[in-house]
Amino acid sequence: MKHPLSVTEAIALIPDGSTIMIGGFMGVGSPLSLIKELVRQGKKSLCVIANDTAQEGAAIGLLIDAHSVKKVIVSHIGTNPETQRQMIAKELEVELSPQGTLAERVRAGGYGLGGILTPTGVNTLAGEGKQLVEVDGEKFLLERPLKADFALIKAQQSDYYGNLKYRLTAQNFNPLMAMAAKHVIVEVEEMLPVGCIPPDDVHTPGVLVDMIVKSEAKA
Amino acid sequence: MNAKEIIARRIAQEVAPGSLVNLGIGLPTMVAQYVDKDNYVFFQSENGVIGVGGFPEGMENPSLTDAGGSFIGVLPGAAAFDSAFSFGLIRGGHLDMTILGGLQVDEQGHLANWIIPGKMVPGMGGAMDLVAGAKRVIVAMTHTAKGNAKLVKSLAFPITAERRVDLIVTEKAVIEPTEEGLLLKELGPGCTLDEVLSLTDATLIIPDDLPYMQI
Repeated sequence: MKHPLSVTEAIALIPDGSTIMIGGFMGVGSPLSLIKELVRQGKKSLCVIANDTAQEGAAIGLLIDAHSVKKVIVSHIGTNPETQRQMIAKELEVELSPQGTLAERVRAGGYGLGGILTPTGVNTLAGEGKQLVEVDGEKFLLERPLKADFALIKAQQSDYYGNLKYRLTAQNFNPLMAMAAKHVIVEVEEMLPVGCIPPDDVHTPGVLVDMIVKSEAKA
Repeated sequence: MNAKEIIARRIAQEVAPGSLVNLGIGLPTMVAQYVDKDNYVFFQSENGVIGVGGFPEGMENPSLTDAGGSFIGVLPGAAAFDSAFSFGLIRGGHLDMTILGGLQVDEQGHLANWIIPGKMVPGMGGAMDLVAGAKRVIVAMTHTAKGNAKLVKSLAFPITAERRVDLIVTEKAVIEPTEEGLLLKELGPGCTLDEVLSLTDATLIIPDDLPYMQI
């Protein structure tokens, strides 16, 4: 059984300088209580792997605003001018990865693969410095796996084993990240007794989840 | 009818019944409203859903948005999934069509739509995967930007994917990139050939028969 920790206890375990994956897409499906607590505890020099940096003042944007992040690996920063400003001012390193490639890199990290081969980005800026591999006459980029010290993810429901169910488009990168980090902290909207999530509805099995916190943010 | 509506209405005619279609943010999103509801077209949003449709006025769900972060509705029969699956649909040859905005298209039919160096670095998001992976790529863009031609001899901005796009629809013209070059297929409502040529930097192949868009 895993009893929910407080947001404060869970985030206190994360050292400055950690590499953390954060679920969500433009803030949808992001663990907002965990993110706010990272800011409140004044974490520094984080490397954040996520789809995007949302907007100023919102979700992962809060970490950017607080200068908690030294590097982001993301597919998109267009909705957050502050990320762009810090990048241009060289306060923040930004590694852009095509969204499908980013998802597969996280998956590869979690599935024990040495990388993935994708046609996306061949002969573009996204392919610069990467190994080109030809398979049956088709060109692919070798993209490296991503792993993290912590994954901060968000689920709609958890039971006390940590079995997780996500909701609609709030799923996005969350189940992939749950596989790719040493320590998985999930923020959930609803705690259910064990057995209440039918086996077919479990998106992420509880054995992957290390810590559960109850969301303090509204859905 | 404004430029965007002309473009959206014309592209809607390209959408085949029963197909799986991804719409980019902005202008491409408008296409959905002109597609016949009886055609059972499945719209994908790459953040993880098939079956987008119907604006959920008063029923917005914070866990249900499109790739631009806007609230969406889904139709009965919709399916939700994670990002790796979503891009598996795109790269794996399951996506019949993507409709995307464009900054420039060159004479080879190459698209640039994700970065203006030195000015704007939004990131490619899903654009590179979509252009590399979709069975058919349609570019929805205005013919010019601030008076500058967007159909150019060679791209000034970094390319999105090596792949040649399949069709370009502007308010002035429908253009099909081919092995031989950019083939002008239709003129926009009220446009003359001279007007299109004067607003285009790329060389166009002009056929003998040049109809107007039927929208």
